[in-house]
Amino acid sequence: MSGFPTLRALALGLGLIAAGPAFAAGEEVELPNTRFSFEGLFGHFDRASAQRGFQVYKEVCASCHSMHLMSYRNLRQIGLSEAEVAAIAATVQVTDGPNDDGQMIERPGRASDRFKSPFANEQAARAANNNAYPPDLSVITKAREGGADYIHALLLGYGDPPAGVQVAEGLHYNKYFAGHQIAMPQPLSEGQVEYHDGTKATLEQMATDVTQFLTWAAEPEMEERKALGVKMIIFLTILGGLAYAVKRKVWHDVH
Amino acid sequence: MATGLHKSDFANPVIRWVDARLPVFTMMQKEYGTFPTPRNFNYLWNFGALAMVNLLIMIVTGIFLAMNYTAHTSMAFDSVERIMRDVNYGWLLRYAHANGASMFFIVVYIHIFRGLYYGSYKAPRELLWMIGVVIFLLMMATAFMGYVLPWGQMSFWGATVITNLFSAFPLVGESIVTWLWGGFSVDNPTLNRFFSLHYLMPFVIFGVVFLHVAALHITGSNNPLGIDPKGPQDTVPFHPYYTAKDSVGLVVYFIVFAVLVFFFPNMLGHADNYIPANPLVTPPHIVPEWYFLPFYAILRAVPDKLGGVLLMFGSIAILFVLPWLDTSPVRSMRFRPLARPFFAVWCVTFLVLLYCGGKPPEEPFVTIARVCTAYYFLYFLVILPLLGRLERPLPLPESIARPVLRGGGPLPAGAMGKPMEKA
Amino acid sequence: MAETLAHPAPHDGETRRDFLQLVAGSFAAVGVGAIAWPFISSMNPARDTLAVSTTDVDLKPIAAGAAITVVWRGKPVFVRHRTEEEVKAARAVPISELKDPQPDQARVKKDQWLVVIGICTHLGCIPLGQKPTDQRGPYGGWFCPCHGSAYDTSGRIRLGPAPLNLPVPSYAFTSDTQIRIG
Repeated sequence: MSGFPTLRALALGLGLIAAGPAFAAGEEVELPNTRFSFEGLFGHFDRASAQRGFQVYKEVCASCHSMHLMSYRNLRQIGLSEAEVAAIAATVQVTDGPNDDGQMIERPGRASDRFKSPFANEQAARAANNNAYPPDLSVITKAREGGADYIHALLLGYGDPPAGVQVAEGLHYNKYFAGHQIAMPQPLSEGQVEYHDGTKATLEQMATDVTQFLTWAAEPEMEERKALGVKMIIFLTILGGLAYAVKRKVWHDVH
Repeated sequence: MATGLHKSDFANPVIRWVDARLPVFTMMQKEYGTFPTPRNFNYLWNFGALAMVNLLIMIVTGIFLAMNYTAHTSMAFDSVERIMRDVNYGWLLRYAHANGASMFFIVVYIHIFRGLYYGSYKAPRELLWMIGVVIFLLMMATAFMGYVLPWGQMSFWGATVITNLFSAFPLVGESIVTWLWGGFSVDNPTLNRFFSLHYLMPFVIFGVVFLHVAALHITGSNNPLGIDPKGPQDTVPFHPYYTAKDSVGLVVYFIVFAVLVFFFPNMLGHADNYIPANPLVTPPHIVPEWYFLPFYAILRAVPDKLGGVLLMFGSIAILFVLPWLDTSPVRSMRFRPLARPFFAVWCVTFLVLLYCGGKPPEEPFVTIARVCTAYYFLYFLVILPLLGRLERPLPLPESIARPVLRGGGPLPAGAMGKPMEKA
Repeated sequence: MAETLAHPAPHDGETRRDFLQLVAGSFAAVGVGAIAWPFISSMNPARDTLAVSTTDVDLKPIAAGAAITVVWRGKPVFVRHRTEEEVKAARAVPISELKDPQPDQARVKKDQWLVVIGICTHLGCIPLGQKPTDQRGPYGGWFCPCHGSAYDTSGRIRLGPAPLNLPVPSYAFTSDTQIRIG
């Protein structure tokens, strides 16, 4: 069986190479690896943290960033009650209609409504933001290399530019942004929100909470997925044992 | 044959009634029951069956995804995310389909490499091999169009770049591209036709797979020794021997698949495809899906547009004539001491190309990709034809049963199938 | 089958193998069954479909004797402002005469407002009777042109092939002049 290991190594290699990050982006800054509750085989979302994160989103991020794939009803999943969700939804005015007179009407939001976007369209968003487009945050942790770690690092990555680096007008220095010049001014500052649950709103705390919230928003199925996955692997392992036993028995008298 | 009922041997009266009129049971029994199969397959021979199962998984998950997908540029991205969020188990269907494509290529690449190593393309299996290459091409087309459907940034720019390959052809190039697009850029008509074709192609593949298997059952399978079975002592009936062995491989395959789907569903994908398509902004790093990277590297290795396109298509087209390029009468490289290291280097070359294809087009990757591309073609066009003449193969065993049954054990119990008529 | 033909093996081994195969086979069958469920389940209404399931109706503009049709879950809902006579007619009918016996009181929340799903219980056509010019059938309610079922002013089936009364959706008065269906 001299050639067999070659092929086997090949099979492995195919999987491994494909897995590696095959995309370098110039001089890249190593992302700090933050421990989040949702990582790992049995990872789960920290409900309290995600709720605080939603508060940060609502009071800070939402003034520029939409989350148009999210509905208020989704918030039930991170532990808000039906009444709380209804109350949150009712704080926005939603355009609906046309009514019987052919007019569009404004009505208070309902749980089934999507998160209200801060701008009517991309052009309006650019016009209000010095021609920069604040991206939609619905799937942001899936849409950025580095995922949650990147978002977390980015929020904390502001600072003075190193000596010799000229930051362009209207841009801000950020260690982790590609090119290090980002249009978004530092969004969070110490004590910016007053958490309902009394947690102290440090910069680090807010960044962690909002990352928790955004990761949940991007992958609301994650807990269900991992739980099902564990069951699946256990089942398949047993089935594999049985299949191998049957194979051994069947081939017993040939070998 | 004269008309009249087929003479069926089944005991069950219902089965016999059907079988007499439509001998599907007899056929299944003959092709998958008692079918005489070389007794010495290793686990690499699982991969044909795995590919078949994988195709079925893709078709079934795809049909259910299509029930919730909207093929329109303004809604495609959101409809995919709706599948992920709101449709019951939609995330499972989509992740199984997306990672199923990767699994399909892993399985098929191993299947192809196995064929290359054991000389499965040689007489009398040339046509079987060529049909396989057709399947591979169809798979690539299907995968490419499927990747466009979520209408993310990579979808859009992948579609733009790949369709633009055809513009390399002189005179007709531009017209072909416009025709492919159904407009003046990749847009809604493009998305619509890709969806239509992406739905159609798997069934075409299924048909060609049927031919692939039909051809296989005429010539019979190759085996690790690469010699023909001489008689019943060299074969076992397909069932239960290889149904049991394939089942083991199938479960292992499912475990790998499940790990991907449930724990690393986006590992093989690209983050940029979660950004909705934007025709005005190209992402800084566009790369195709991993399974196209070797060919993408060959494309980029050539500084000339048309030359790159031709070489890329040539890298697959060359497989069609491989049965005639390899002049050695010995199939299995187990008995070809010289060919083996050359083949090993070729495999490494392929993997290095895969790696380079994912890197930005800058040094040293360009040079490495060029060297590897050169060797890729050299192996087929020069090394294999020459080796057949220069190499002294090791002595072939007399029969399949001989090396296994060292010491003259009893005849295998499962060797009572019909002796094979060999070409 | 093939294995009996292929195996003149000792009986003991044979039964042990059969048992093992049975266990493995049933295990695999359970797996296949379990994996079928997500596919079937995916065809049921999605979460967003289930969530958009209420409709608000303003009753103010509906004059006595008139009716409007609103859409709820993709289906037409008839909201009729009944006159005194219509209510009286609906209540005068002896319950025993009805095909699908239900008192009018059980079908309304306020006497003058009748809210029913406007789909004939026979084969799903939309009955006539919403517009003033429509034919309302012999019982003054609705008349289904497809197969001639006639409903009374309480939306109850009185004549024709339909088996059941027009169903009343779940709804509530959110104010004196507004209802929320669903």
